[in-house]
Amino acid sequence: MAAPQKVACVEIGGIPIALSTCDEGFHDLLLQRYDGFLSSSRPEFQLEFDLTSTGPVSDDDVRVHRDGDDWLIERGDFQARWDPRTGRGRVRQNANPYSLDSVLRILHSLILAQRGGFLLHAASVICDGRAYLFSGVSGAGKTTMTRMAPPDVTLLTDEISYLRPSADGYSAFGTPFAGELARAGENCTAPVAALFFLEQGPENRVDELPSAEAVRRLMRNILFFAEDQGLVEKLLATACEFVARVPIRRLTFYPDARVWDRVRSFERNFARNFAGDLQEVSEHA
Amino acid sequence: MPETCIYIARSSAIAARALAGEMMVMNSADSTFFTLNEVATTIFQAADGHTPLRDIVRDHVCEQFDVDPEQAQADAEQFVAELSGHGILLVSNQPLASERP
Repeated sequence: MAAPQKVACVEIGGIPIALSTCDEGFHDLLLQRYDGFLSSSRPEFQLEFDLTSTGPVSDDDVRVHRDGDDWLIERGDFQARWDPRTGRGRVRQNANPYSLDSVLRILHSLILAQRGGFLLHAASVICDGRAYLFSGVSGAGKTTMTRMAPPDVTLLTDEISYLRPSADGYSAFGTPFAGELARAGENCTAPVAALFFLEQGPENRVDELPSAEAVRRLMRNILFFAEDQGLVEKLLATACEFVARVPIRRLTFYPDARVWDRVRSFERNFARNFAGDLQEVSEHA
Repeated sequence: MPETCIYIARSSAIAARALAGEMMVMNSADSTFFTLNEVATTIFQAADGHTPLRDIVRDHVCEQFDVDPEQAQADAEQFVAELSGHGILLVSNQPLASERP
């Protein structure tokens, strides 16, 4: 007789996914790893895990491609098949938490792509009720920015930001996907105030980025793996939409806590400048 | 000897969006991403598979931009070769059926 399935419903970005396994130890791992993101909501999607004794986490490139209506997600350490019509999928992997994180991230990237959202290689925080994103190449300072954050700032993630469109722009959500900080984000959300592309330098300054450059940098940092013409077109449209709706700037910073004064004052200055522009337009109307 | 015509068409395996006078192009096969300047965008948009490249340069590039025709033709050929190498444009010495609607 097969062992009964144990289920953990993990809700990231407002999308509840039921993760089920017959293995008690793996179920405990799910509960521990996604503590803070466990949910009693009705799951929108389901993944069933079959544990194997395959090798350790692989450095191979992941492949995400269609097999008929199903998605196949493959890397050396896992193989998953997911049917987006039924919302159900099956994963074969060993009990490694890093493989688990990877599968979950890829699944979310597929779901988000259809809904106009995306995962971004960026740290994100909530400051004064608004979300700020900090993106850049490895070593640019994502984790440094979160380490220097004042105590009233809420960490959403220091590694993978979760973004969904909302009525007035985009919202950022906390994720359990941690980077160097080795700390999961808080399970909360806020409207996005700005995205900063980080560069370290001798002083703190904020510079405008031309729209095309902003899209180029954004696309370079979006986590997207699917070999699918339709989704690629949707993703590019999403990136252009994001650039049109969210202020995107280059933040050159000297790594000490004063950079946070710049971040805090950004929205205030942006709102004032924007209001000035509106005034000017109406005067000429 | 008659001059060889080059025909160019946009690949079906790409996504493209115009933004602030530049064209963003992404190859869905390998997720490589390119931004095209205004001249390159003009050529890209005119790449219908049945208009020879020299006509595109003469009727679009030289009409819209202040460029030397010979230099424009040479630059266009280099640009087409580069984008063809990345799978963004298809190139032939025969007219091509456009892969995009």
